[in-house]
Amino acid sequence: MVYQGSNEIEEKGMVDWITVLFYLGFVLLGWLNIYAASYDLENAAGLFDLSGRAGMQLVWMGTSLLLAFALIKIDVRFYETYAFLFYLVGIGLLLVTLLVAKEINGSRSWLIIGPVRLQPAEFMKFIIALALGKVFNSYGFRLMDRRNLLIVSAIILLPVFLVIAQSETGTALVYLSFILVLYREGLPGGFLFIGVAAIIYFILGIKFSDGQIGIISEGEFFTILVIIIFTASLVWSYMKRSDVFFMILLLAATTFLIAYIVSLSSVMIDWGVIAIIALSVTALYLLYLFFRYRRKSYIYIFLFLVSSFAFLESVEYVFNDVLQPHQQMRIKVTLGMEQDLSGAGYHVGQSKIAIGSGGFTGKGFLNGTQTKLKYVPEQDTDFIFCTIGEEHGFIGSTIILLLLLIFVLRLLHLAERQTTLFGRVYGYAVVSVFLFHLIINVGMVIGIMPVIGIPLPFFSYGGSSLWGFTILLFIFLRIDKSRKRT
Amino acid sequence: MSIHNPLAKRRYIIAGVALLFVLVYVMQLFNLQMLNPQYREYADSNAFLRRQLYPARGAIYDRKGNLLVYNRPTYDVMMVVREMDQFDTLDFCRTLNLDMERFHLLNAGMRDRRKNPGYSSYTPQLFLSQLDVEEYGLLQEKLYKFPGIYIQSRTERQYNYPNMGLILGYVAEVDKNKMAADPYYVRGDYVGKSGIELSHEEDLRGEKGVEILLRDAHGRVQGRYEDGRQDKAPVSGRDLTLGIDIALQAYGEQLMHNKVGSIVMIEPKTGEILCMISAPTYDPSLLTGKAFSANYQSLENNPYKPLINRAIAGTYPPGSTFKPTQGLIFLQEGVITTESRYSCYGGYPPLGGRPACHGHGSPLAIQYALSTSCNSFFCYGLNGMLSNRSKYATVGEAFDIWKDHLVKMGLGYPLGVDLPSEKRGFIPNSKFYSKVLKTDRWNAHNIISVAIGQGEILVTPLQLANLSALIANRGYYYTPHVVRERKSAVLEERFTTRHESGINREYYDVTVDGMADAVTKGTCRGINLAPFVEVCGKTGTAENPHGDDHSLFMGFAPKDDPQVAIAVIVENGRFGATNAVPIARLMMQQFFQGEIPESDQWLEKSIINREILPYVYTRNMPVK
Repeated sequence: MVYQGSNEIEEKGMVDWITVLFYLGFVLLGWLNIYAASYDLENAAGLFDLSGRAGMQLVWMGTSLLLAFALIKIDVRFYETYAFLFYLVGIGLLLVTLLVAKEINGSRSWLIIGPVRLQPAEFMKFIIALALGKVFNSYGFRLMDRRNLLIVSAIILLPVFLVIAQSETGTALVYLSFILVLYREGLPGGFLFIGVAAIIYFILGIKFSDGQIGIISEGEFFTILVIIIFTASLVWSYMKRSDVFFMILLLAATTFLIAYIVSLSSVMIDWGVIAIIALSVTALYLLYLFFRYRRKSYIYIFLFLVSSFAFLESVEYVFNDVLQPHQQMRIKVTLGMEQDLSGAGYHVGQSKIAIGSGGFTGKGFLNGTQTKLKYVPEQDTDFIFCTIGEEHGFIGSTIILLLLLIFVLRLLHLAERQTTLFGRVYGYAVVSVFLFHLIINVGMVIGIMPVIGIPLPFFSYGGSSLWGFTILLFIFLRIDKSRKRT
Repeated sequence: MSIHNPLAKRRYIIAGVALLFVLVYVMQLFNLQMLNPQYREYADSNAFLRRQLYPARGAIYDRKGNLLVYNRPTYDVMMVVREMDQFDTLDFCRTLNLDMERFHLLNAGMRDRRKNPGYSSYTPQLFLSQLDVEEYGLLQEKLYKFPGIYIQSRTERQYNYPNMGLILGYVAEVDKNKMAADPYYVRGDYVGKSGIELSHEEDLRGEKGVEILLRDAHGRVQGRYEDGRQDKAPVSGRDLTLGIDIALQAYGEQLMHNKVGSIVMIEPKTGEILCMISAPTYDPSLLTGKAFSANYQSLENNPYKPLINRAIAGTYPPGSTFKPTQGLIFLQEGVITTESRYSCYGGYPPLGGRPACHGHGSPLAIQYALSTSCNSFFCYGLNGMLSNRSKYATVGEAFDIWKDHLVKMGLGYPLGVDLPSEKRGFIPNSKFYSKVLKTDRWNAHNIISVAIGQGEILVTPLQLANLSALIANRGYYYTPHVVRERKSAVLEERFTTRHESGINREYYDVTVDGMADAVTKGTCRGINLAPFVEVCGKTGTAENPHGDDHSLFMGFAPKDDPQVAIAVIVENGRFGATNAVPIARLMMQQFFQGEIPESDQWLEKSIINREILPYVYTRNMPVK
């Protein structure tokens, strides 16, 4: 609850064995599924054969366990003390990688040292988490101070840009998930709301960009209606004035009603223009409220409305001119705008076939055909969940999904019980990373999220990612171990 | 820190978001895995390559055990384009004796997805089909030099004799209709198209096996599903033994050379067909292999229609060979007795000497009428039957009873021989004449020519031969059939069921006596093989509106304990005695003695050299 004494580091606590058991379980299940996914029908390598993927994963698992053991043994103060040093080294490695890496599978993120191939971006996750923890734990830190906000943003965004430059967009998005940490530590919910609103505008704007209503597209039309509703809701939520909420909706409805009446007298009405007029009426009403009551919040909500509209107008430009064609295609396929089963939709199509063909109980261990015969791409890395779905069916994949959820909730519980701000911030960073990976990876495989190439923690094949997740988790367990207990 | 901090509540929002996503995902999993069974089918059709394993088609033997039809392996050249790096095209062409132009043509044809919809550069594609053994040997030797080239073996029908193409039939790739009608067949299967190959398709084809292979995303085979535990081995087709004697058949075809017509011989005791000649015919090996289409085309364009089996699909007026049936019916119906006599004055008197007759004693009874083939006698008989109002209420009733007798003798409907496209011939009923004559009030004189096998009456040569067998058996027959044995299966019941004609045996005896007299002292003395064999027969000369009369003969031998029944029809062969009788004589000689005695060799030579081809309109038609 409260600090007892000053710098007590006497070790009394235990490692959270529940989390460790989850970890061991996941790694073991992951190993079996990697074996199944990469199982070669003609010359099957054994589970322990080092020439096969499963054998190699065993090596990564062994080294990870050693790593975990070492991380638990290290003095807890080590992590906080050297957090910034880690950060500098991490940024340095990212830069070096950017300069020397050769292109592998379209990305320049691999650092090759002799026989070892490493992806520094994977290790950057715990490094950013440590740096964030240290910043938050500094004396008199208040997140909403402009200077602090800037530092925190810089810590997160610098590696984001470096990793994007390596063409590892997925990993960059993982770093952005640290916004959850900021949210927990006092970032106003409005920021998250803005983020969610932006995603909604984007999806509506792109998905319905083909139809036309007057001078604007269907997407713009619907989005304008959503903006009006959001604006009204913000007034209700922040100003606690339900009358204004209904007033805004009434004004918009009146605008459309008048237009409808006019249209009856055989005057051509451009409904796109009417929607823009309705939005403008709402904006003017907010300005009126601001001058009447002199409350700053009205001007913020007004700005929300204006920038929402500006964002909407730029969405199409961003989509068509900033995103690359394959990224556009992935988004279109996810939004159901394209049914291209042989092109961009092929991977997701085959992945859904693999999972769907599993049925209730699955085809049984090593009996999946979709993954073994390489219909599913990356079947032992990013698309490993397919193998689970195909061979263990609805039962198996649901159990794994629920176990991962319980694992994340357990981490959330651990994060919240931390007695230092450093520990809690680090804990939330761990939660953010795992939750984001879980949502994006599984969502991609089952066809709900666009294809963003990030692994499923502990299940996907790969040394760097397993090491990265192990380090991330066990530093947290180390910190948790030496929390103050009452 | 403190849980009293209001920000601590935000963990519930985060937990809620996590819960929400997982819930949505579980719902999606439920949707994919429980509500959409088609994903399973997609996955299976992705992964399983069901490769057909073709069984060997059954062989065919003749009644003496001579092998007629068997399988010969042929070899197809398959190409996997992806594996063909460093390919020596020149050497390849030299090995297969192709020029570069043809190579490029074949290559383009293989890659053209319109002609070859299943083209993939990863899987074996048919490049060149039907290499023979020597070509195969040359290629096999050098195969190591040509990466991506594989040889697939198939089988092809092979024939030991150039005879009976029409009976054996041919096999070819299955067509769309057949595939739609029978799910057993898939594209590329071979199936019997005519003759025995078609009618005994299910015996001959055996049972296809299947090999379930696993195919990867590129279409490459990666192994066997469950190590072949679900595979099924093919079952070879059933061998067939025919009732046909290939020597007799070949001899008949030789006699019918340059003639149009048919010879059918049946073993009366069993209904087995001993030979079935339809002229003109073709060599069955013409319709195999690479030259199939060219040969088929030329056979189809031949004006004499060698692709029609006239023995079962040619219908002819039987002429006087019909008279024995009339005598039998009249006797059975009590219209006449064996002693009833009618007068003949060179024609049928009630109609002013029409139809005409020829010189013989008068008045005459049934036995003599048969041996001299008197027209008037049978006209009297028919009139006597149809105008008998004390026995039959109407002429229609009488005529339908007459017709029913003929149907029981195997006429008017397909006999059910085990060959496809058998015609029924034609025996009219009373309704037919009421319709044609536009009144119910017709009488025997309106239709008098049916009594002598003319008019509307039509029979197939097989029906005629069967009629001989019926008379030879004195009252019953077995459905004629070409296949006498199916390996490890019994003959179908319809071929071992005795059909009774419903006419008393004593009437057959007098008919047989009449037919024996016809051979010894009547119309067909040309087939008298006494004392060696006692033959019974009946000639026929069928009027043909399109040209010369058809020459017919039916008969059997020996008179007691008959071994063979025969029918011969020579189109445009004029009198029965002119062509049909000598041909029947030679066939009998061949059947009983296995050779032609010296005394008959002049006849054999004369018949073989005889050319009796009807005039056909051949403008724009190539004449062979």
